[in-house]
Amino acid sequence: MSGNMNLTLKIWRQNSGKEEGQLITYPVKDISPDMSFLEMFDVLNEQLVSKNENPIVFDHDCREGICGMCSMVINGRAHGPKSAITTCQLHMRSFKDGDTIVVEPWRAQAFPVIKDLTVDRTAFERIQSKGGFVSVNTGTAQDANCIPIPKDDADASFNAAACIGCGACVATCKNASAMLFVAAKVSQFALLPQGRIEAAARVKNMVAQMDAEGFGSCTNTGACEVECPKGISLENIARMNREYLAANCKD
Amino acid sequence: MNNTSPNFLTSSIGKKFLMGLTGLFLIVFLIVHASINASIFFNDSGTTFNMLADFMANNFILHLIEVVLFIGIAAHVVQAAILTRQNRKARPQKYAVQNSAVSSKWYSRSMGLLGTLLLMFLILHLKNFWVPTKMAVMEGVKDHHTFTHLIDIFSNPIIVVVYLLGLVSLLYHLLHGFQSAFQTFGLNHKKYTPFIKALGFWYSVIIVLLFASMPITIFLGLIK
Ligand code: HEM
Ligand code: SF4
Ligand code: FES
Repeated sequence: MSGNMNLTLKIWRQNSGKEEGQLITYPVKDISPDMSFLEMFDVLNEQLVSKNENPIVFDHDCREGICGMCSMVINGRAHGPKSAITTCQLHMRSFKDGDTIVVEPWRAQAFPVIKDLTVDRTAFERIQSKGGFVSVNTGTAQDANCIPIPKDDADASFNAAACIGCGACVATCKNASAMLFVAAKVSQFALLPQGRIEAAARVKNMVAQMDAEGFGSCTNTGACEVECPKGISLENIARMNREYLAANCKD
Repeated sequence: MNNTSPNFLTSSIGKKFLMGLTGLFLIVFLIVHASINASIFFNDSGTTFNMLADFMANNFILHLIEVVLFIGIAAHVVQAAILTRQNRKARPQKYAVQNSAVSSKWYSRSMGLLGTLLLMFLILHLKNFWVPTKMAVMEGVKDHHTFTHLIDIFSNPIIVVVYLLGLVSLLYHLLHGFQSAFQTFGLNHKKYTPFIKALGFWYSVIIVLLFASMPITIFLGLIK
């Protein structure tokens, strides 16, 4: 078909966390510009399987930008050359015929490689389990509607809640810091009366777990905000810093 | 929810607070330092400058402030070293390709390097001025002739160039550091943040130009 592309892919292959990995070059032919990046991977994997080679392992689930699984650093940018999208939302028309594309996994000590492009992101779940929830009974839906909340706070909380836990912030940050993720999870509750009750313990516990997992600290470069597919803003990190200071001043 | 958090100061955010606090303290110090030095521009053969320098060298309260200043710098540098080491460790395997320039400024990613250059400059600077003055005080000399000493040192073009390079490091360190400290303290506000960023930019540019003008004018023989 005309307009289709031939590309050279350099993809990180690594058998397990214990073995060394390396970039392997794969040519792919006749890629439609309308394919998503992951569909291009499906085509490549079919070729590999038909040649009796191991397919490339990569994470994916929803393929519509809501699950946060499709972690890949493409040509040095988390989720590829476009801002505010995930890899599954990236189309091949963002590349040119003849391009060489380097694909690597998220790189962070706290996100060890499982195989090829798949990394273990359960560090995020362990942080969440330390306080990313409300454990008091907040009543039913109509009870929630009875508590007046300023529109600005509701909007800011909703925007923070848009975080899909994809880890692009960690992958992008020069310090592999998880501050944007944790700040989103802290802010989402800190802005609402239902979340205020446990606000102090929440921020302290989640930050403690974040540190224990071996994520780096924040140097305010702002790179996470640029690469976050959900537009989580640095204001959330400032809010978490405030919450953390206030929580520590309390005792 | 139980509280399982360790000490504030050992946490990543706590360390950053201390960095920001000491950084802002140094920023205030730079204003005082630059203002006093600017007295050379009275161009009165250093009368005002020497008077201020003598006052500084023989005042008890200022000695106390000097100690606080050294502790501040030490705390800033130690925390910087700890944090930079931890941050390196957080990414043991580097990317083969990383396109950092699209998402952040180079100097925001180079604070450790800029800081190290600053520290090297600081050591040279102390050796040039602080050590000789201290020696003189210890030997009981009352008249320090700091001004003559200043003119001597800045007649050496190599020293002038090294000082200017030190100031370039300071410029970029401050361009990121000033506004970064406020973000660390949790001050990020739609209305005030643009003001803080502008203030940080102008502070950095003005303080560096003011400092730079001193070795340059002295080297050119404009200050006598
Ligand atoms: C006159 C001297 C200095 C001033 C005014 C200054 C100021 C600052 C400020 C305001 C910050 C921002 C803190 C924050 O983000 O919370 C900072 C960060 C930093 N400084 Fe300095 N500093 C000075 C000297 C040094 C020296 C000598 C070193 C190193 C050996 C250093 C290393 C660092 C590092 C690594 C950071 C962290 C960067 C970041 O987190 O964004 N600084 N400094
Ligand atoms: S803050 Fe953004 S980049 Fe980080 S995990 Fe959440 S959605 Fe992903
Ligand atoms: S596969 Fe779900 S966000 Fe990409």
